[in-house]
Amino acid sequence: MRKALFAAGAVLLLAAGPSLAQQKTIKIGFVSTFSGPTAVIGNDMRNSFELALDHLGRKMGGLPVEVIYEDDAQKPEVGKQKTDKLIESDKVDFISGYIWSNVLLASLKPIVDSKTFLIIANAGPSQIAGELCSPTVFSTSWNNDQTPQAMGTYMNQKGVKSVFLIGPNYAAGKDMLAGVASTFKGKVVGQELTTWPSQLDFSAELSKARAAKPDAIFVFYPGAAGVQFLTQYAQAGLKGTIPLYTAFTIDELSLPRQKELALGVPGAQQWVNDLPNEANKKFVADYMKKHPGMRPSFYGAQSYDAAMLIASAVAATKGDLSNKAAVTAALKKADFKSVRGDFKFGNNHVPIQAFYLQDVVKDAQGEFVLKTVATIVKDSQDIHHQKCPMK
Amino acid sequence: MTLFIEQSLNGLQFGLLLFLLAAGLTLVFGIMDLVNLAHGSLYMLGAYFAATFAIWTGSFVLAAVMSLFATLLVGMLVEVIAMRRLYGRDHLDHVLATFGLILFFDESVRLIWGPEGMSLPLPSWLNRSVEILPGVQYSAYRLAIIVVTLSVAVSLYLLVMRTRIGMLIRAGASNREMVGALGVNIKLLYTLVFGLGAALAGLAGLMQAPILTVQIGMGENILILAFVITVIGGIGSIRGALVGALFVGFIDTMGRAFFPDLLRMVLSPTAASTAAPALSSMLIYLLMAIVLIAKPEGLFSTSQR
Repeated sequence: MRKALFAAGAVLLLAAGPSLAQQKTIKIGFVSTFSGPTAVIGNDMRNSFELALDHLGRKMGGLPVEVIYEDDAQKPEVGKQKTDKLIESDKVDFISGYIWSNVLLASLKPIVDSKTFLIIANAGPSQIAGELCSPTVFSTSWNNDQTPQAMGTYMNQKGVKSVFLIGPNYAAGKDMLAGVASTFKGKVVGQELTTWPSQLDFSAELSKARAAKPDAIFVFYPGAAGVQFLTQYAQAGLKGTIPLYTAFTIDELSLPRQKELALGVPGAQQWVNDLPNEANKKFVADYMKKHPGMRPSFYGAQSYDAAMLIASAVAATKGDLSNKAAVTAALKKADFKSVRGDFKFGNNHVPIQAFYLQDVVKDAQGEFVLKTVATIVKDSQDIHHQKCPMK
Repeated sequence: MTLFIEQSLNGLQFGLLLFLLAAGLTLVFGIMDLVNLAHGSLYMLGAYFAATFAIWTGSFVLAAVMSLFATLLVGMLVEVIAMRRLYGRDHLDHVLATFGLILFFDESVRLIWGPEGMSLPLPSWLNRSVEILPGVQYSAYRLAIIVVTLSVAVSLYLLVMRTRIGMLIRAGASNREMVGALGVNIKLLYTLVFGLGAALAGLAGLMQAPILTVQIGMGENILILAFVITVIGGIGSIRGALVGALFVGFIDTMGRAFFPDLLRMVLSPTAASTAAPALSSMLIYLLMAIVLIAKPEGLFSTSQR
């Protein structure tokens, strides 16, 4: 009996063996936040990544694709653990996602050391654009400084003479405030960093901003904290007295809860849902068809691009991912239709791209939507690329 | 100077709000000898109820009142169904069971209201600032919180110090067995006290809702502060909870407001603004450590164990 079982097992193994070898799958790990108050961001990224796979026929370069989603719970230590798991036990070919700069920085070393290709779909810590850049690391988002730099440029255009900066005390918050300060020509009269992500009451900071009497306040509060900031800004009676300029504070995910509080508050972004290119129209329309009542955000747009970028490289190398240099070269071409319009990679693999001014308006159905008002800068490149030794 | 007045009000408002949470916690802890980690969940429920009732009724004040009764009811139900089985058990059992309740409430909220959270919009008469002194603007809503919590604190004081129920509550806090032995319906008293604590937590939650928005797990961060206050004030003492809450509220706000500037005098500006939030959030725990060294029973301890 035992022998028979062994024999049967051996036959099965032999039968399964060759077909397994032929049917190589492209394995992609996706680390994002799927629990807690910022899970809406992770869900939007997953929805968009899945939509991209739908558009690709769930195949890349003719090979089937398997995506493993992991929840980082917005904690660096959890993110690192999940990243290790994806690399060591799942042996993924690509790893993507990452909302938070601090989670990404904690997870970076195992990814780079294992030479797994990393396509960052949101976080943009300045270190990765500079001295920590790597041939196997790419970004379909931005460097943290770029967006607030565009906002600083816009404030110059508006004739703002002094500004008060408020942001969260973690890698991205510090990069963002430094970014505004680097292009803003007026005076920075004050700067406040708040404990992240636990502090949600900004009364002390708003009082200080009011006392400093600036022309404008700049804030960076991603996710639900953006809702809380705008609410408290209005309650403190600052709306209408000191204008607000933002980066990553108002998006399609927070807007349904910010509503009229966000009306007329400008923000800078490299992607807006109404950008008139074909790829974007398809992305936004199909997203809203697949997920009724929801709108894609820039987080989703970047994740959609990440999937498309991976697909372009897999197709160019005909699914052979063993030659790392060839894959890097293929990724570097950014040979796909990005939903933000065309962009190219800098030497540090961070996009050189345009930034738009977006504003909140009420559409014909009375819904609050984001809309492109103007192009603030074209071909913006981050300031850290000289520190990256790659050519 | 105006900045100092504004920051003092911020500290007062935060402190009084914490008092609502800590008062319930300290009552339950002191009288029933029950460690209730799920107190933060009742705070969360208060906020969710208020947001829902506000959608149904369209009135903020009406929603607040309804939510208050709803959390009172939920609190009493929780006591009858779950807490009653925990009295007289080890504190570790309390922690385990009430931690389970946190998971239960978080998951129930996720099922009922969904994961994305809600917001509770303020009526326009509260959603603005008022001039309290010449040149000093302050948020009307935060001012309203101060007024409401102060009146709750006063009525709670009267209830505990001047009524028969209050006398039983105080007696229960100092010697539970004796109160039971004297023929007082201790079961009913426990249910009432737990419900009262829940309603106070719910009130804190619903008042925070327009400021912080409504989210799953919103009670967990603030619960830690409420426990710190209970430890500082002394277990079972309402007066201790008030003093402890005001200390914590002021230290937290003033630390955030003025500590970074002090630090900038000795450190480089970037180092100071990075270190200040971390250091100022440590101040509260420093205070707790000092109190624990000087008076291990807390500032106003009631029980003589």
